[in-house]
Amino acid sequence: MSPEGEQTPQRELGVSQEPGGELRVRLSGDWYLRHGLPPLEAVRQALADQPDTRRIAFATEGVTGWDSSIVTFARQVAELCPDKVEVDISGLPEGARGLYELAEAVPEREGARSDEKGPSFLEQIGLATLALRDGAVDMVAFVGEVSVAMGQLLRGRARFRRVDLGLMLQHSGADALPIVTLISLLVGLILAFVGAVQLEQFGAAVYVADLVAIAMTREMGAMMTAIVMAGRTGAAFAAQLGSMKVNQEIDALRTMGISPLEYLVLPRMLALSLMMPLLCIYADLVGIIGGAVIGIGMLDVAPTTYIQHTIEATTFTNLFGGIFKASVYGVLVALSGCLRGMQSGDSASAVGDATTAAVVTSIVLIICTSGLFAVLFYILDI
Amino acid sequence: MATSETADSRRSETAAEHLGVRDLTMAYGSFVLQRGLDFSVNRGDVFIIMGGSGCGKSTLLRHMIGLKEPAQGEVFYDGESFTRASDDRRNEILRSVGVTYQTGGLWSSMTLAENVSVPLGEYTDLTPAEMREVSALKLALVGLRGFEDYYPSQISGGMQKRAGLARAIALDPSVLFFDEPSAGLDPISSHLLDQLILQLRDSLGATVVIVTHELASIFAIGNNSVFLDAKSRTMIAHGDPKYLREHAESPDVRAFLNRGSAPED
Ligand SMILES: Nc1ncnc2c1ncn2[C@@H]1O[C@H](COP(=O)(O)OP(=O)(O)O)[C@@H](O)[C@H]1O
Ligand SMILES: [Mg+2]
Repeated sequence: MSPEGEQTPQRELGVSQEPGGELRVRLSGDWYLRHGLPPLEAVRQALADQPDTRRIAFATEGVTGWDSSIVTFARQVAELCPDKVEVDISGLPEGARGLYELAEAVPEREGARSDEKGPSFLEQIGLATLALRDGAVDMVAFVGEVSVAMGQLLRGRARFRRVDLGLMLQHSGADALPIVTLISLLVGLILAFVGAVQLEQFGAAVYVADLVAIAMTREMGAMMTAIVMAGRTGAAFAAQLGSMKVNQEIDALRTMGISPLEYLVLPRMLALSLMMPLLCIYADLVGIIGGAVIGIGMLDVAPTTYIQHTIEATTFTNLFGGIFKASVYGVLVALSGCLRGMQSGDSASAVGDATTAAVVTSIVLIICTSGLFAVLFYILDI
Repeated sequence: MATSETADSRRSETAAEHLGVRDLTMAYGSFVLQRGLDFSVNRGDVFIIMGGSGCGKSTLLRHMIGLKEPAQGEVFYDGESFTRASDDRRNEILRSVGVTYQTGGLWSSMTLAENVSVPLGEYTDLTPAEMREVSALKLALVGLRGFEDYYPSQISGGMQKRAGLARAIALDPSVLFFDEPSAGLDPISSHLLDQLILQLRDSLGATVVIVTHELASIFAIGNNSVFLDAKSRTMIAHGDPKYLREHAESPDVRAFLNRGSAPED
């Protein structure tokens, strides 16, 4: 291979007819990949003009520099020729001949190339429906497996490292405090603002305290925390388990007779289910403080009155209704994160897909469950 | 720098030097792995980097392709300092270098043909159809004809190694680096891979640098080598491994090359 550096390639390609039904492809000059492949047109034309060609040969004495572009070209020419035409590569440069022969040396493996066409539109709909069903079945199966693992845990037979549980508790608890603080403070502020604009019209600004307290404890504390945790921790679970799968770490656990459900999924489920109610209480508190900043600071409600109203509105049912929801959301987020992680394919992009799917699944489940709770609480008159 | 002057004078002695490592010290932080590495790789060599596990073979390879900076010393390509070259110049030099990694390093979200096409797309003006032809050729060269549309996870470990090689030779490199190419391969595949490396060396006219401790490969294809020692933290032998097997000064090297049963002095 000659050194690089020249700018305008001096090169020529000609096809000539020789006696005895032979076509000779004449190449000269520099032929490098970075300038493109030699054009096939002339050869194709010559073959069409001379249907009784017997042999095709190469003449490359004038070639001053080459790389695998010439080998690719020779293979293309060979492919172009009808079966009866004999391809003579003896005229190629020596190294190129070596490469050509090497490429031909291993026959194509039978059945390696799949020439399936993509599914038609109808088939795609069918496949998507089947995938939906499979997804549901997988989810139910996963919930079942997790329940079995939970059973093991209750009987004290689940195998996982206590250190892992501690680490997970920290990741899904203390480490989440800053973002939960920010979001719930702002939600409290926004609720107070929106409420104040309406309630001030009736001179009932003091009821901002009730509005914020009820909304935070009943709904928003749990919901906002759950959505934050879905994006933060659920996604992390999926990414961790997915990359462990790519690395065959999960296979390694299985072959040692350790259930990845117990070893990996349980600590994550436990940690998030334990931490979510606590985070929810914290979010309620911060949200109420956010509301108070507006109520006391801007609306001139007397602090004692505001606090009085807040305490009255924070009933036992409201508070525990919220905490109960938060626990359920926690389980859902952990389940979706772990499920998508364990289902992940084994490539880098599959881990990305699993992470996205985990967040989407968690949020869909959270919102649907929240609607379900709203109806249920209404019927039960809570 | 004083080292570069001595390097220049040494280079003139050996006209055929392709790669040079001069007075190289490799360190992770303050932990010095190897020091005083100094050797040449000649054009067309199959150069073996050998030594016990953990002595720094892969690290040396990473220094030679610029993935890690020397704590001291320099690496030369064709007499030009790679270590002191600008980033642009380094990229230009690296364009004539192909590397296969210890674990394949294929991009898992791309098919084999797409893997091979990435460097072609970056550095040539080929059309997508032409790129496909060229990547089919490269895959055929490593015996993977018909596997163009497979994903790395769908083929075996040995095939992944060969696909990694196909990607490494995409731009017809003049230097090929291998990190433990035959680790994890059966003896026959390993032998075939050795033959493939030799054939590619001959056809491409490339220089080959291989990290390996597979004795069969070392003797079958190596014609030059360096031996790194973990105890003394430096190279303790340099030359043709077939010669070193009998005549190396260090008994450790002879023991290594004779599978632990070194002929006593
Ligand atoms: N990123 C790193 N940080 C610190 N030390 C490392 C790092 N990578 C490797 N090492 C150390 O360098 C030594 C040599 O590693 P390596 O070059 O991979 O050895 P080998 O000769 O087996 O290829 C190892 O013993 C390891 O302790
Ligand atoms: Mg190594």
